[in-house]
Amino acid sequence: MRKCSLDSLNSVFAKIAEAMALYLPVDGSDGRAVFSKWEDGSVLSNALNTVRSPKDFFFPQSEDLMRFKTEGKNIEIIDIRPESEDFAVFGVRACDVKSFDILDRVFLTEPCDSYYASRREHGVIISLACTRPSETCFCQAFGIDPSTPAGDISCFKTDNEMYWQANTEKGEALLKAIESLTEECTDEAVNEQKEKIRAIMKKLPLASLTTNSFGGGKTTELFDRPEWAELSEACLGCGTCTFVCPTCQCYDIKDFNTGNGVIRYRCWDSCMYSEFTRMAHGNNRISQKERFRQRFMHKLVYYPENNDGLFSCVGCGRCLSRCPISMNIVKVMKKLGGESK
Amino acid sequence: MNNREETLIPKIGVITDVRIDTPDIKTFRVVTPDGKKAFDHRPGQCAMLSVPGVGEAMFSITSSPTNEEYMEFSIKKCGCVTDWLHQAEVGQQITIRGPYGKPFPVDDEFAGKNMLFIAGGVGLAPLRSVINYCRHYRDRYGKIDIVYGSRSKDDLLDYKEIIDEWMTDAGVDVHLTIDREQEGWDGHVGFVPNYVKELGFDTDKTAVLCGPPIMIKFTLDGLVSLGFDKTQIYTTLELRMKCGVGKCGRCNVGAKYVCKDGPVFRCDELDELPDEY
Ligand SMILES: Cc1cc2nc3c(=O)[nH]c(=O)nc-3n(C[C@H](O)[C@H](O)[C@H](O)COP(=O)(O)OP(=O)(O)OC[C@H]3O[C@@H](n4cnc5c(N)ncnc54)[C@H](O)[C@@H]3O)c2cc1C
Ligand code: SF4
Ligand code: SF4
Ligand code: FES
Repeated sequence: MRKCSLDSLNSVFAKIAEAMALYLPVDGSDGRAVFSKWEDGSVLSNALNTVRSPKDFFFPQSEDLMRFKTEGKNIEIIDIRPESEDFAVFGVRACDVKSFDILDRVFLTEPCDSYYASRREHGVIISLACTRPSETCFCQAFGIDPSTPAGDISCFKTDNEMYWQANTEKGEALLKAIESLTEECTDEAVNEQKEKIRAIMKKLPLASLTTNSFGGGKTTELFDRPEWAELSEACLGCGTCTFVCPTCQCYDIKDFNTGNGVIRYRCWDSCMYSEFTRMAHGNNRISQKERFRQRFMHKLVYYPENNDGLFSCVGCGRCLSRCPISMNIVKVMKKLGGESK
Repeated sequence: MNNREETLIPKIGVITDVRIDTPDIKTFRVVTPDGKKAFDHRPGQCAMLSVPGVGEAMFSITSSPTNEEYMEFSIKKCGCVTDWLHQAEVGQQITIRGPYGKPFPVDDEFAGKNMLFIAGGVGLAPLRSVINYCRHYRDRYGKIDIVYGSRSKDDLLDYKEIIDEWMTDAGVDVHLTIDREQEGWDGHVGFVPNYVKELGFDTDKTAVLCGPPIMIKFTLDGLVSLGFDKTQIYTTLELRMKCGVGKCGRCNVGAKYVCKDGPVFRCDELDELPDEY
């Protein structure tokens, strides 16, 4: 483990930025934290987490896939995939780090999605342990320990210091690059802090939330539960919850005519939208109830069924604070039996 | 340059023949620009065809894998891509990617069985691939019965092939039906599910159903009432698709993605899925 003083943090960031683009949470003009590219003068936000998740770096909201040129009856397909350049994302919380395990299982399973894979290979994830988990946090329900985040490098911030721990080869290489600005240290202070955070976690309002009623094989039991009607009643189908969610990965593929050829691009889509499954002979998810149920059944039952029990929610709490009607996965879990007494 | 393989990036296909089958279905023959098949496939698998600038859509590969020269797609006109394709002429290039989906178990569960194929409308498209596969390897299968129905005589797909080839094969019985009486038609009149019950098949068969959801539902009920077990019946599902490989999140029924775990399902497997297809 290595450390640097918080006063010298900016020179460490500058050093990393010499080697590769560095992104970190900074406070936007509205006071909310957003990931921004580091530049001289950037100040690391103190906010617990960013409004948008770091999935944007690996699976952007919109990206061009290929181009076509057509001439008469002929078509030319132009592969426009660039090789990604190295980049680092600093300040990723434990929940969001875990979201990459979930996305990896979708995008890196054969046939591997080369767009995502290339960014994953070139991106270094530098996580940051939480010190002040909030009342909307429930990562622990999914077995995530916010005091000990994963990632290529894990960072721990104490009153005066930033501690750095490499977990992968990519992480080691980056720590090597900032070696002259950090010093070797023991993990005593970090361990002390971890204990404090774990104690706070036990007292959080959502600490009693459990996944016991959910998981693979629960479809029959949960699908026809009458509670879905009440839970989904006010849902506007706005899709906000899917867009801020670090594990939502549904996408659409569309063509855009530039006047000088065609760009085929993909963009985020949402199972909460009525158009999502519409077909010529009808829609298999007729009302918002079916679409709402799909989102939560996917996260709590279908995904774990296909992925060794791993849930497709990391308890980041974004959907709790962003939904215009205050509906969210916690309410769904509680209603369907996910709270230990 | 990113040199990895990428399934979303298609190949060029050239339309080398267009056959008008019915007022709203045409069958397109497709090869690569150097005259080959774009890829190998198994009966029941699909391909994504696209017209750049218009869109992409999934279609069953209706030709049998035993056809080594080209692939065929029977396409019903019903929207942007399909309308565009219906205007296309021979020589037109399109794009193609695949093959996608789990095929029919032609060399496993189907081997040695008497086969009963039941199709409605454009639902014959995926079945034609299996039927012609079974006809090609005729000695690997028992008796073959085919029940095919559509709205009218003019809506029957592959009519010439059915009359000239299927009906003349030994050990293949074809039972055609149309919904309403029509001049010049002296065959059976009535809906497919009723016809199947009238024909009253023995249960020593493996049945494969494909057609509009309502036809599948009633035919399935009919077969079960004749004594068929759901493990003897296969069908295909059709949901909206974009990626074809289980990533865009669009085509799931419960924990199954129709694009990669289907489109072929055994009917007892469907019973385990939520009723959302
Ligand atoms: C596994 C599979 C196999 C298929 N095989 C065949 C086939 O062999 N022959 C054939 O003619 N069609 C087949 N289809 C249906 C075909 O994909 C749709 O008809 C096609 O996507 C419509 O595209 P479009 O651009 O012309 O229509 P659009 O302009 O996109 O839309 C027209 C209407 O069709 C709807 N639509 C979009 N996707 C589908 C879909 N997948 N199924 C039904 N409606 C849809 C739209 O929501 C809209 O209501 C198959 C579909 C699947 C999923
Ligand atoms: S469902 Fe909500 S709490 Fe769970 S990962 Fe997505 S945004 Fe975060
Ligand atoms: S649950 Fe809330 S955020 Fe999600 S679609 Fe419904 S109204 Fe929008
Ligand atoms: S078509 Fe994308 S998941 Fe099936």
